[in-house]
Amino acid sequence: MEAAAPNYFLIIGGVLFVMLNVAAALIWIERRMLALWQDRYGPNRAGPFGLLIIAADSLKLFFKQDWTPPFADKPVFVLAPAIVVVSVLLSFVVIPFAPGIIVADLNIGLLFFLAMSSMGAYSIILGGWASNNKYSLLGAMRGAAQMISYEVFMGLALMGVVLMAGSFNLREIVEAQSGLWFFIPQILGFVIFFIAGIAETHRLPLDIPEAESELIAGFHSEYSGMKFGMFFIGEYMGITLISCMVVTLYFGGWLGPDFLPPIVWFIIKVAAFLMIFILLRASMPRPRYDQLMEFGWKILLPLTLLNLMVTAAVVLWLEG
Amino acid sequence: MELTFYIAAAVATLATIMTITRYNIIHALLYLVVSFLAVAVVFFTLGAPFMAALEIIIYAGAIVVLIIFVIMMLNLTHEDVEHEKAWLTPKVWVGPAILSAVLLAELAYIILSPDTLPTEALVAVDARVVGLSLYGPYMLGVQLCGILLMAGIVGAYHLGRQKKKVVHRFLQPKEERSAAI
Repeated sequence: MEAAAPNYFLIIGGVLFVMLNVAAALIWIERRMLALWQDRYGPNRAGPFGLLIIAADSLKLFFKQDWTPPFADKPVFVLAPAIVVVSVLLSFVVIPFAPGIIVADLNIGLLFFLAMSSMGAYSIILGGWASNNKYSLLGAMRGAAQMISYEVFMGLALMGVVLMAGSFNLREIVEAQSGLWFFIPQILGFVIFFIAGIAETHRLPLDIPEAESELIAGFHSEYSGMKFGMFFIGEYMGITLISCMVVTLYFGGWLGPDFLPPIVWFIIKVAAFLMIFILLRASMPRPRYDQLMEFGWKILLPLTLLNLMVTAAVVLWLEG
Repeated sequence: MELTFYIAAAVATLATIMTITRYNIIHALLYLVVSFLAVAVVFFTLGAPFMAALEIIIYAGAIVVLIIFVIMMLNLTHEDVEHEKAWLTPKVWVGPAILSAVLLAELAYIILSPDTLPTEALVAVDARVVGLSLYGPYMLGVQLCGILLMAGIVGAYHLGRQKKKVVHRFLQPKEERSAAI
């Protein structure tokens, strides 16, 4: 793979193309899988297996009236949905899909991912605030608190991996897993990172900023047309991103037995995690807001600190 | 690389000026975020990628979000923006502006005078170097920061402590319920 050394612009274009299409395809996959798990039919009319629903959905989003409420703060209202897409797409820059297929092999790759995911919180906060609507504001405040809190656990849980690999570089982290995938020694860190990832992408069961049954879609209730589409696509790219990160950090990235090329292993693992995200949505109820916060600060934070201390001690013990 | 530094520095300066002069406080904070991002790029071009990442994660990603979080609760309206405009008269800002101009002139003089030019070449400061200096010569500072943060947490806990509220009267203990009736 390495010898081929694909063209740099080809990689960038390829990553962009694949990610945007995966996000669109996930809409269909999610509906079909939800229907399967909840014993319904799901979209099955347009085209083979209802596949054309993607085209119909995107066409609808493009041609819907793009309405900006007169009471909204216009520049911020327009800016908010762009931030989510930009920050998620930028995060894909540091992900090593296979040996040689990575846009930027940054030494601080992991920190770059954390930085971009913390920028993503702005889209919710600003979107909810600029809508100038009580429900949106409630959603935005919940979103801000949830994302800031869970970012803390996310970052701390990742430090266990950094300690074991001795690097922030994602490629080196994958290469350090050639003996043993990190999810075995870092099982606690993996579980906490995954929960924090769900909270960070505000997906069910932790979709408290949206919570359609109590907040009528929360921070994006005033959005329509392609602005809403950006939030929508951003969410699906967000779960793809978290799946990619879980695979890279804990499940050996592109590593796997030799009979399949590395990129295929990566795609298989990511697809498995995407399915878990959808299965969670199909099966879990939403916790109350204060329960989410208490769970985070009273259970996850001590556990992450414990995990970090034990990992550091073991690493030191093995070295010395 | 040098051009990126100058562009980022210019963006940082402009964004900071915009932060100060905006009347709408959320717009001001947005410019503050841009300013932090630009400073992160400056760090990056100067060979400190670790600091650049921390700048974004901590300042742009956490602290400004917390400030916005507080401001959202204040329910600012268009009238508040008008008030802000009325309050910000030249009488208020001329004094500090003159003093800052003096400082700026001094800073420019120091930077431009030849004997303050950096004598050694730039070295990349990565995470390892930052960690070694934090837990080596600056150990005391790290511990003092820890104590300060601990005090902050204890204070916040004390201020935010509430008696447990009962969600429903049937969940109250029996004697309290009869007392309430």
